[in-house]
Amino acid sequence: MLRMPRFSVQTPRTIDEVVQALRTPGARLVAGGTDLLPNIKHRLEQPPVLVSLSRVRELGDVVVDEAAGVMRIGARVTLTAISEHAQVRERFPSLARAAGVVASPLIRNMGTLGGNVNLDTRCRYVNQTAFWREALGGGCIKSEGSVCHVVPGGRNCVAAMSSDCVPVLISLGASIVLVGSQGRRELPLEDYYLADGVRHTTRLDDELTTELVVPLPRGPRRSHYAKWTVRGSIDFPLVSVALRFDLEQDHVSAPVSEAHVVVGVLGSKPRRVTRLDDVVGKALDDPSLATAVAERVHQQCKPLENVPYEAPYRRTMLRVHARRAIEVMVAAG
Amino acid sequence: MAEQSREDPPHADPIDEAPDDAPIEAAAHEAGRQPWQVGRSHRKVDAMERMRGIARYTDDLKLPGMLHGKIKRSPHAHARIVSIDTRRAEAMPGVHGVVTGRDFPIPYGIIPWTPDENALAVDKVLHVGDGVAAVAAVDEDTAIEALDAIDVVYELLPAFFDPEQALAADVQINPYARKGNLSKEVLLEFGDVDAGLASADLVIEGEYFFEGTTHAAIEPHCAVAYVERGGAGGEEGLLTVWSATQVSHYLHRELAKVLERPAHRIRVIQPPLGGAFGGKSEPFDLEFCVAKLALKTGRPVKILYTREEVFYSHRGRHPMRMKHRLGVDRDGRIKAVDAKTVLDGGAYSSFGLVTTYYSGQLLCSPYEFGAYRFHSRRAYTNKPACGPKRGHGSVQPRFAIEVQLDKAAQALGLDPIELRRRNDMGAGGKTVNEFAIGSNGFLECLRRVEQSSGWAERRPALPYGRGLGVAGSTYISGTNYPIYPNEMPQAAVQVCLDRSGRARVFSGANDIGQGSNTMLAVIVGEELGLPLEDIRVLSADTDLCPVDLGAYSSRITLMVGNACMQAAQQLRKQVCGAVARRWEVPARRVTLVQRKAIDIEDPDRHVELAQAFEWAEADHGLLGAVGSYTTPKDRHGDYRGGTIGASPAYSFTAHVAEVEVDDETGVVDVKTIWVAHDCGRALSRRIVEGQMEGSAYMGFGEAIMEQHVVDPAHRGVHPGPSLLDYRIPTFLDTPQLRALIVEAPDAQGPYGAKEAGEGPLHPSIPAIANAIHDAVGVRMDELPFTPPRVLAAIEQRRARERAGELPPHKGGLGVVGRDSARRTA
Repeated sequence: MLRMPRFSVQTPRTIDEVVQALRTPGARLVAGGTDLLPNIKHRLEQPPVLVSLSRVRELGDVVVDEAAGVMRIGARVTLTAISEHAQVRERFPSLARAAGVVASPLIRNMGTLGGNVNLDTRCRYVNQTAFWREALGGGCIKSEGSVCHVVPGGRNCVAAMSSDCVPVLISLGASIVLVGSQGRRELPLEDYYLADGVRHTTRLDDELTTELVVPLPRGPRRSHYAKWTVRGSIDFPLVSVALRFDLEQDHVSAPVSEAHVVVGVLGSKPRRVTRLDDVVGKALDDPSLATAVAERVHQQCKPLENVPYEAPYRRTMLRVHARRAIEVMVAAG
Repeated sequence: MAEQSREDPPHADPIDEAPDDAPIEAAAHEAGRQPWQVGRSHRKVDAMERMRGIARYTDDLKLPGMLHGKIKRSPHAHARIVSIDTRRAEAMPGVHGVVTGRDFPIPYGIIPWTPDENALAVDKVLHVGDGVAAVAAVDEDTAIEALDAIDVVYELLPAFFDPEQALAADVQINPYARKGNLSKEVLLEFGDVDAGLASADLVIEGEYFFEGTTHAAIEPHCAVAYVERGGAGGEEGLLTVWSATQVSHYLHRELAKVLERPAHRIRVIQPPLGGAFGGKSEPFDLEFCVAKLALKTGRPVKILYTREEVFYSHRGRHPMRMKHRLGVDRDGRIKAVDAKTVLDGGAYSSFGLVTTYYSGQLLCSPYEFGAYRFHSRRAYTNKPACGPKRGHGSVQPRFAIEVQLDKAAQALGLDPIELRRRNDMGAGGKTVNEFAIGSNGFLECLRRVEQSSGWAERRPALPYGRGLGVAGSTYISGTNYPIYPNEMPQAAVQVCLDRSGRARVFSGANDIGQGSNTMLAVIVGEELGLPLEDIRVLSADTDLCPVDLGAYSSRITLMVGNACMQAAQQLRKQVCGAVARRWEVPARRVTLVQRKAIDIEDPDRHVELAQAFEWAEADHGLLGAVGSYTTPKDRHGDYRGGTIGASPAYSFTAHVAEVEVDDETGVVDVKTIWVAHDCGRALSRRIVEGQMEGSAYMGFGEAIMEQHVVDPAHRGVHPGPSLLDYRIPTFLDTPQLRALIVEAPDAQGPYGAKEAGEGPLHPSIPAIANAIHDAVGVRMDELPFTPPRVLAAIEQRRARERAGELPPHKGGLGVVGRDSARRTA
């Protein structure tokens, strides 16, 4: 077994105490630990202090605020809880679905939504042991080295944003709330991510994610999350597409009033598919809509060799899975 | 539908736990010696310990004062060691000992003719992960820090990752190799292959590539060594090595050799094992290192591999590039087979000499070949060494030939099952390479999978995207000749009875999860009338148990089973005789069953076995018997190499696989595999079924997703030495597995039993390949059948269809196979 290096653990009880604890240089926040602890074992991080959220009573609720028109999901809510939550399932089926296909049941029982939106970027040349990276020739930009093995000559890390929930949350127009020594801020989740695999969010070192705020649908909607990977469990996504179509009436033959498609596992930032204007006004069950969306996805999304399975294949699959996801929504009525 | 046509519903028969209350039909029992244990389903003797989490695996051992060892490994695929400086590490607090290759100058090898590895690298490192030095320290963290303080200067050498390139290179990889990078070459011809091919009505030529897979046993390798204090004279005491090995006897021998220590001062114990599959069939660096470090420090030392180290120790399936020519007449009868194979051996020989033979020798049944030639060459490369994995050496060529046969059937317009039936060699004959075949249930295997899968009705009716494929195979039940030449028995067992009415069985055989301890208990229970809970099997301890060669080549049931049966029958005779004497009846009137000795002619007269054992002990003294088994020496070929692959008995298997291929994604969803296996006689049905299902599962994983490779573009690193990146199927991915036991009892086996642990794997891969062809009309000649490869093949075919070169497959019978959209879930 890989050994865990030594670190101390702090267990603050309030958000303020968490923020205070995060001011220790190198301190890292841990909730479920399903991402952080393997990375520590791989010596990708060696934090002197882990600040555990296990005793913080806040951050554990899902609240529907009808007056404000939003659902607030605490950062400590587990992925299992989200996938099983009646309100989430009813109002945001694509989110319930994404949370329910992360890794395996054991990991979903531990992993939290806050952790999942802050999941570190992943790369076949990074998420390996320190010995392995030494054998590779001394790691890469994201670990101990200075080169990129995915894009030879590249200076920017392109490790893949591999969260299942993030593309869905962005497609739903979610905001992220962060609290730090500078106070509380709320920003669209879409703006939270950066195209830099080494530091792929705008989170400051002493900030913690407190909640995700998801606007309640104001009208009829269909949404879906398409994930392809080799195995039926455990694996990170290799193809990851979130889709949301707001409709003028509550049936799939109704015209689409808004379309949002967000793709993960490309580079370090989730990609919003653009130029979907021409599908607005088409019926969701119009086959030309599915084809058009799939084409946009295919044109705009270029997977890299940062995760297993050949990038050209994954690019082709983006088109297939985007189209099928729409077919699934249409078939479900 | 498949679901309705299944026979043998799974788990229909309950585990027989309490046979004591069942009515005694002693007369019927002894008259035909109706078996009362053999052939039933049993709970494994160690099942409850394992399920309750109290089985103590090697890593669970903790000894007072125990140190933890770690091995420093090479980050280079090929390099000369210029210097190793261990002084900084040795000076660290908490570090008690450091060893390097200089401490192990004597090379070893599991095959005595190819001793080509040292416990730690002496002058060169040959692959990423090769062991260079080892440290024993107060804890693992200190040991890891000490590894960083060992300074190794390397001079890089050109590395070779392709066997053909290695063979052509003038840089020698393994310093002990005798012929450059050629590890072994075998060329054998039986009959006139060229004439056979020339006269054939159809010759199928194909090139196949098996990329290589590893065992992925859940328990990583682990070893603990302990040295007892010596006597007053200063001599060292007994060295005990506990190891997660499947060959404790060979480990014992190699430890004696490398450590230059008499074997009687070494004791090897194999604790309960968490899987092996061939991956623990030979000594590894950690066993030598813990032993040496324990001797050096005087304290117990443990080393547990990380999962990454398990991948570097490897010894998994050889990548093989196989060029096959198959000549058949228009009725589908095989006239000649010509096979040329290049084996990628990795850095060391391991079992490679045998693998090279097996790549050709084990192909000559269940089909009658008119003539046969194989030419196999094994090359050294700068990769973790390949060795034996479940179905050693023959899974790869079996893939090739079974796809060849499918192609022939297709070309001739024959049903692939019918083509196989026509070539069945039957029982009691000799293969073209002169191996004597005993019982043979292959036709019955074909019949069972044909019937259960609904082959005849369903195959022609399945739409595009769905398909059924068949394949057959054979495997050995142990090899007639041991790894090191000797004239002693191949297996030995000692059985003792005690006056409490119990039996103890001492066997050197390694139970690696396959259930061999349970098998021995079943045999002793059968002969002595004991339920399994009254039998204690003590195995794989070189101090307590007679020598056994270990768990490989599917030898234990036949060989150790025979030895055990012989010992148990002697005791049965003594016990029956003692009872008969007291009842004043002939001994043949006494039978032992259900914990009682019973008068067959007067079943009301019976005594508890404990009483019977007391009488027997009074008559004979302590009740103990030994049995041994010597292989027949007249069943092999009379030519050089003709003993390799010769077995006392051969098992036979047939699979039908049903697949659904998604023509848009290339995803192959294996729905069901029907596995019919002739194991001679199922001594314990549930275990046999488990072996059949486990084998088919393993083959399925190799067919669809497993890839053990190194990355030549990145200095020869393994692309993912972890169970996250090396994908073995999860429960959700696993097809329905239908185990159909076929029993063609063999005169060589105990109660007719043959092997069941490895044979049932072989047809999985070609059956899936053939089913893919049936589904979408493409041939997958390279493993694994990943979605990108399958999709590329489908697109190539489509292009040819559009060009008018091929008709639409299945006449364009509609497109299904989109179920895998569920994976989009």
